[in-house]
Amino acid sequence: MVKEFDIPVLPTYLETPKLKEGVMDGEGPFKSTQEFQNPLGFPGEKVDNWQKVAIDKIGELKSKYRSLQVFLDSCVKCGACTDKCHYFLGSSDPKNMPVARQDLFRSVYRRHFTFAGKYFPKLVGAKELDNDMLDDWYNYFHQCSQCRRCSVFCPYGIDTAEISMAAREVLDVVGIGQKYCNQILGKALTIGNNLGLPEPALRDTLLDLEEEIEEETGGVAVKYPLDQKGAEILLITPSADFFAEPHIDGLIGYGKVFHQDGVSWTLSSYASEGANFGMFIGSYDVMRKAALRIRKAALDLEVSRVMVGECGHAWRVAYSFWNTLSGVGVGAADEFSKKLQDQLDHRYPQPQHIIEYTHDLIQRGKLVFDKSANDDRTVTFHDSCNVARATNMGGILGGQFILPREVIKAVCNNYVDMERSTIKESTFCCGGGGGLLTDDLMEIRVKGAMPRMQALKTVEKDNGVNTLAAICAICKSQFSKVLPKFDFDPYMIVSVHQLVSEAIIMDKRKIEVQENKLEAD
Amino acid sequence: MADILGAKVDEEGFLIDLGDWSKEIAEQMAKDDDVSLSEEHWDVINFLREYFEEYQIAPAVRVLTKAIAKRMGKDKGNSKYLYSLFPYGPGKQGCRFAGLPKPTGCI
Repeated sequence: MVKEFDIPVLPTYLETPKLKEGVMDGEGPFKSTQEFQNPLGFPGEKVDNWQKVAIDKIGELKSKYRSLQVFLDSCVKCGACTDKCHYFLGSSDPKNMPVARQDLFRSVYRRHFTFAGKYFPKLVGAKELDNDMLDDWYNYFHQCSQCRRCSVFCPYGIDTAEISMAAREVLDVVGIGQKYCNQILGKALTIGNNLGLPEPALRDTLLDLEEEIEEETGGVAVKYPLDQKGAEILLITPSADFFAEPHIDGLIGYGKVFHQDGVSWTLSSYASEGANFGMFIGSYDVMRKAALRIRKAALDLEVSRVMVGECGHAWRVAYSFWNTLSGVGVGAADEFSKKLQDQLDHRYPQPQHIIEYTHDLIQRGKLVFDKSANDDRTVTFHDSCNVARATNMGGILGGQFILPREVIKAVCNNYVDMERSTIKESTFCCGGGGGLLTDDLMEIRVKGAMPRMQALKTVEKDNGVNTLAAICAICKSQFSKVLPKFDFDPYMIVSVHQLVSEAIIMDKRKIEVQENKLEAD
Repeated sequence: MADILGAKVDEEGFLIDLGDWSKEIAEQMAKDDDVSLSEEHWDVINFLREYFEEYQIAPAVRVLTKAIAKRMGKDKGNSKYLYSLFPYGPGKQGCRFAGLPKPTGCI
């Protein structure tokens, strides 16, 4: 059922591996079929004149996104990026060096869009987009998680993710889509979330959760409102938070924080998804369609704040693109965006991250914690790539690194960072981002996790770290699968809000603690 | 396209037409995975099928573990126990045996 492969041995120090050419050659992930392609506006199978369609699309993209053309023109082959990709470090396949990945696209661009490439292709490394090249595109652009670590080290700031997104869009328009992403997008655009959870299932799952929390807290009625018109906050969170472990314990944490603050909030059954795979497949149109569901939900529910749960790329889409995509934030000027702008309360950041919200409450002393509840843990934090390299929190320089750590430290006594070159803006991807979180890509997922696992192993040995906290649904799922391959406990991965949930003192107990304190005084 | 006892399945072995499901197909899928279906397996499979019939989706992990705790006892209401029954995961392997579509998303 699953292809056998060697699991990388964790080295003491990360070193540039000896090249193993062609080791990750292959057919790539499962291909999408008509059933999943057509609803997104893509052809169901490879079109007859695919070469022309592809070249025309490249022309369109390079004109539409000037950044793409700059990235394609400006590489000087300095080599700074070569050893920065986790997939290269874990697989040793030279085609997983960022520059080599870019060159799959760049060589075709040169052949068709530059003078030298048209007349002297061999001199400038220009190549035709033939069947072999197309196969390489499909295979190797699905071994990139669009994490943008390489771009941090590129002296020209070339963004491999943007090239990888463009390549995937070209593949989609010639009829070669990826099953995992496109099937999921179909569900998100019709049912409202990636999992395809219909409203009755979502409602019942939330009721179950309310029961569970009431039992666990000895009678605190934490609520999970759904479609509650007039609530203050609309929470947009990845649907994995409703469905999977350890995600759901993070959702429990959000609910407890809202409860303690006493704010009114709601989820939406129409827009029950934070993730937006439209970004992964590079399609602006699909990404916008998904974002517009959230705008519609915000308008219909008449909320004054839009908040985003623990999802890495959702926060990138929300923080960086929602303003012009859908009018959450300042930028878009259409009628509905203006209406939303008038409706939202601009004393708060729009959108706001759940970490910013919890952090603010902690700073204002509105939450009480018993940190000793997490004393069995020594925690480290995994910076998720999209949060780390494409967003901010709290409006302060590096806030996206500072705020999550401050939240963790407010609820845990034992916190240790992993090695500096593997965190913050230099963080290593979990190995499953960018639309790669599918079983058919397990080999590259495991190999790509190696650099992160290496840094984790070091803090496990040196500092006794036994808990890995993250704020991304993909990271959490990926880690629970790959941790055991590297001899870690798969249950060591937790949501940051799970740690909050475990330490937070709820209503009833809060009163008791205060009374005890009075007596002691 | 591959098939199991004449029923078409996709690349990952999930039934294409959910109406094709039968106990024999579940037994055959389990046999191919070196799992022999015990009463406990069937309890889980039956719950998955009942839930799917009502909601058109597989249950969330927490919903499943709670239901199993009710049916089989508290000590069994956890994902570790479910993984011991379905080594490839209750969601992915359990759903396949039960004839449900594969749950996909950020999970």
